[in-house]
Amino acid sequence: MNIPDGWQIDIGLEIHAQLNTQSKIFSGASTLFGSDPNIQASAVDLALPGVLPVVNEAVYAKAIRFGLGVSAEIARISAFDRKNYFYPDLPKGYQITQMDLPIVTGGHIDIFLEDGTVKRIRITRAHLEEDAGKSLHEDFDSFTGIDLNRAGTPLLEIVSEPDIKSAYEAVAYARKIHQLVTYLDICDGNMSQGSLRFDANISVRREDSATLGIRAEIKNLNSFRFLERAIVYETDRQISLLEANKSVPQETRLYDPGKDETRPMRSKETATDYRYFPEPDLLPVVVTDEKINAIKAEMPELPAERCQRFIDEFKLTVADSNLLASDRNLADYFEIAAENSKNALLSANWVKSELLGHLNRDSLSIKDSPVSAIQLGELVSLIGADTISGKIAKDVFSALWAGEATSATTYIEQHGLQQLTDQSALEPLILEILNANPKQRQQLLSGKHKLMGFFVGQVMKQTQGKANPQQVNTIIKRLLQESP
Amino acid sequence: MISNEELDLLGDLAQLSLDPDSRESTLAAINEVLELVATLNAAECENVKPLAHPLETEQMLRPDAVSETNQRDKFSQVAPLFEEGLYLVPKVIE
Repeated sequence: MNIPDGWQIDIGLEIHAQLNTQSKIFSGASTLFGSDPNIQASAVDLALPGVLPVVNEAVYAKAIRFGLGVSAEIARISAFDRKNYFYPDLPKGYQITQMDLPIVTGGHIDIFLEDGTVKRIRITRAHLEEDAGKSLHEDFDSFTGIDLNRAGTPLLEIVSEPDIKSAYEAVAYARKIHQLVTYLDICDGNMSQGSLRFDANISVRREDSATLGIRAEIKNLNSFRFLERAIVYETDRQISLLEANKSVPQETRLYDPGKDETRPMRSKETATDYRYFPEPDLLPVVVTDEKINAIKAEMPELPAERCQRFIDEFKLTVADSNLLASDRNLADYFEIAAENSKNALLSANWVKSELLGHLNRDSLSIKDSPVSAIQLGELVSLIGADTISGKIAKDVFSALWAGEATSATTYIEQHGLQQLTDQSALEPLILEILNANPKQRQQLLSGKHKLMGFFVGQVMKQTQGKANPQQVNTIIKRLLQESP
Repeated sequence: MISNEELDLLGDLAQLSLDPDSRESTLAAINEVLELVATLNAAECENVKPLAHPLETEQMLRPDAVSETNQRDKFSQVAPLFEEGLYLVPKVIE
């Protein structure tokens, strides 16, 4: 993205992460995704008279975990507020959120810029709130259908400072948050199910201006790509307005992926009209130092630490280590494969080439891999022990992938694919091939080393790939020395 | 003191329509409350911590477990309109 000369862009992101709890933030209803409508909407979620919210302990633990992960301040006393607005998918007429005393304040995320340097993005706060239900406008002529299964699903809203200066930085920051919340196991990170959603506050100003421009808020972006596209479109739009001496109105806009543009949303109410006030149904939540220390003691290894450990412990390259540690599920997969194969380097190679290649080809995520980490570990151990050649291993991998086999060892035995390492069996075969090609044999002897490939190839063909190419190479050399 | 326009805005936000006959008395009542707030605002409270709740106790948390079962059939009986598992409301679209 090219920022026009003389302009600068300021972006702050609000990221809503659905916390992966079993039950809702204020009720004991399930948070399961994709169920029949309204079967997970309890009396509390429906705002029936006389009900009271009760805070879910795990929601707090997960928010604290996030705070510790970004080196933020954890509030010893936090409280909930009411944000009032009318919309049918919010049956109470207000959302319970945290305005004055959020659980997490401050903190930061470091991102890598295009030139490889590190930039720190400050986090303003992260607060807890409840998600709304879903409105379905298409299915009925003059009605809107309301599904309240999602109402009350816990959200952690992570608010950044306007430190982000381009679409690239915004995406890098959003990806880092995605990586962190999945590593911390506080959010499943499933973008297609709306587990992570972005609102972008975007403004532009002349480079010599010391104050921020008037911002537009682009709501509900549900993919990294839409986040990027919306910022590109919106900054272009604002710069064009200002260059034409028009002003940018402060408003909320929606991004339309079909048209690749943003357009104004009918304004609900302006921020000051939400009439926030302390939630009288909930008392302040007290978090003790003991509680924070207990959560600290259970913090999982974070991506940067894990990457360094892969380098130190397994002697992986920086690039491989970065790739494998980038996603918690991928890193877990690699570690299980390495443990089962007792060969970390070879496991790393197989994960990044064969496994990622197949996942990519079939558009699968690592969690849905048909070949388990234990199965791959077993396969890699057989290559390491010279039981099978790399070439045969690829065939075995394909069989495992296609579900034609459940264990590499069994498949190899059933199909007689063991590597031929028995010298007494290989020697007569090699001798036969050498004798059958006298011309090539002579050329090899006279120094045409390229022909070694020809002979090894012939042996591999005859053995259907089961010979060990290096061993074949050694035997050919010895045989030629013995009888030139 | 709030004006007639501000009274209309408040009505909009609260989704309440005011009976024209009671406008004047409502405006007077609200302004009386605001006078009381102004008196409170004048109090010296620089060193007083904001109060999040009048009860001096803390929130109990509940364990993260699903304790609610599906009661859609029962709940939907008190809804004015319910079809295909959805609560129906007059069409709203942004």
